[in-house]
Amino acid sequence: MKSCKILMPSGGLGAGINMEAFENGLAMKPDVIAADAGSTDSGPAYLAKGMSKNSRATLKYDLKACVVGAKRLGIPLFIGSCGTCGSDNMVDEFADIVQEIFGEEGLTGKIAKVYSEQNPEVLKAKWDDGKIHALEGAPAATRDTLDECVRIVAVMGVEPFMKAYEEGADIVLCGRTTDTAIMAAMPIKMGCNVAAAWHGAKTVECGAQCTDNPTSKCVFLTVDEEGFLVTPLMPNVHCTPYTVAAHLLYENSDPYRLMEPSGTIVTNDAVYTQFDEQSVYVTGTKFAHAKQYTMKLEGAAIAGYQNISIVGITDPKVMADPDKWIKNISGYMNNYMGKLGICKDDYSYEFKAYGYNAVIPGPVPAGTPAPREIGILFTVTAKTQELANQVAKIFNPYLLHFPADINEQKKGQLPTFAFPFSPVDCPRGATYEFKLYHVVDVDDPLELIRFEYINIR
Amino acid sequence: MATVRELSRYVRSKGAGPFWVTIEIFCETKENYEKIKNSKNLTKEKIAKLYGTDANKAKMFYADNIMVIKFSYPRANPSGYSYEYDMHNGQQYVRLLDVVV
Repeated sequence: MKSCKILMPSGGLGAGINMEAFENGLAMKPDVIAADAGSTDSGPAYLAKGMSKNSRATLKYDLKACVVGAKRLGIPLFIGSCGTCGSDNMVDEFADIVQEIFGEEGLTGKIAKVYSEQNPEVLKAKWDDGKIHALEGAPAATRDTLDECVRIVAVMGVEPFMKAYEEGADIVLCGRTTDTAIMAAMPIKMGCNVAAAWHGAKTVECGAQCTDNPTSKCVFLTVDEEGFLVTPLMPNVHCTPYTVAAHLLYENSDPYRLMEPSGTIVTNDAVYTQFDEQSVYVTGTKFAHAKQYTMKLEGAAIAGYQNISIVGITDPKVMADPDKWIKNISGYMNNYMGKLGICKDDYSYEFKAYGYNAVIPGPVPAGTPAPREIGILFTVTAKTQELANQVAKIFNPYLLHFPADINEQKKGQLPTFAFPFSPVDCPRGATYEFKLYHVVDVDDPLELIRFEYINIR
Repeated sequence: MATVRELSRYVRSKGAGPFWVTIEIFCETKENYEKIKNSKNLTKEKIAKLYGTDANKAKMFYADNIMVIKFSYPRANPSGYSYEYDMHNGQQYVRLLDVVV
């Protein structure tokens, strides 16, 4: 029976690898090491700026373990979504780090750089052909949205990994891919059960989250022609039918239908069986092949420029009703800004009262006691950085002195609140927004993808 | 009158991509799971109202095999927008804890 063994070093490359578990995984002789280095979880700035959320030092530490481990066994290493966002420059950055490691360790091999950043002109042609479709919950987008985005990546499936591997690459560094494609590529390539490959990949995509001890990080996946087996890599860590089935719920809106570029993983009839003390075997998953191959598009645009100020307040009169203070200062300032001739369409601002209702916005439940103190985060968003800075400076004296009761001012009794920083305000640069939750139809899975290879002998 | 906090084993919330949020209530016993599943205060409509979202756009799942109630809804603004209050939506489950089952 065909089978493929996959070592998954951690839920997110750059967040650390449990080396003991990783060595245990290498001892099980995997066919591939597959690691996910990306996510949209941390927001749009990483995509817009082409930036990793991890430091280069931690990325290199984790990559070194993977590269050296793969080379020791003579197996390929597949990395997906390089540098959080999977931008072209992050693929290049990962290739640089891998080359450094090759140099330091005296290694040779063929590195594939697989790019999926998109030219807006190509996408506009797709738009005109009616080949870009909104997904459920997508923001309103027009053809112009494609130009507004600072950067757009197309999310790849398994095919680019397969192609690079067929071309002889043993280190495959991909731009943005689905989390699952990284682990599903090799078992599908080797002729294992396609549905099991995808469902298995989904199960291990967050590393040891599918076990009873997520801190063990590494997990081992074996896909065969019938199903898949998932095994933790530390003693006293267990997969159970419960932990494996429960992980399917994690970070998705529908746990029974998971969309991939080539089709949909359908998990309703999956059967979870305890295989041995630590491992679970899963069968019964289906994969509904799509008639049309689609790639999800991720795009981020500049939404303005920001400036933030922080002020602490513990004044009992403000604490009695922080929302009232925010309402009063906002009303006063809106009026004042109008007098200064600053057009209200050119900026916006917001107060968040940490310690009160910043994390769960809106009115607090009746009977909530007054806080002892709150931290006010004051954020301005404007059309330019200069305007954002100017608005912050206009607010500055009022953030310092605005009274809970306007009558105090008349008596000359102004409070003075607690600034932690000088200067008070902090220009934050551009703020970004995800603009696309769309898919693009492609005639070939590699149509929008570019490959480059580096041979190191 | 028991609350979600008292009848559940674990409640969590998380972003499901930049445009969706998903919340899961894990139960220890079949009895508590059924109580929560059948509660008039925890219907799709009631939870949607609590989160200020449209019930018609939200999704509700009952995973009987693992005793989990799952509620997913589209975000009002994409993750990381200019006035984001919870990038990963990891804290939003707390709103459910004191709902009386």
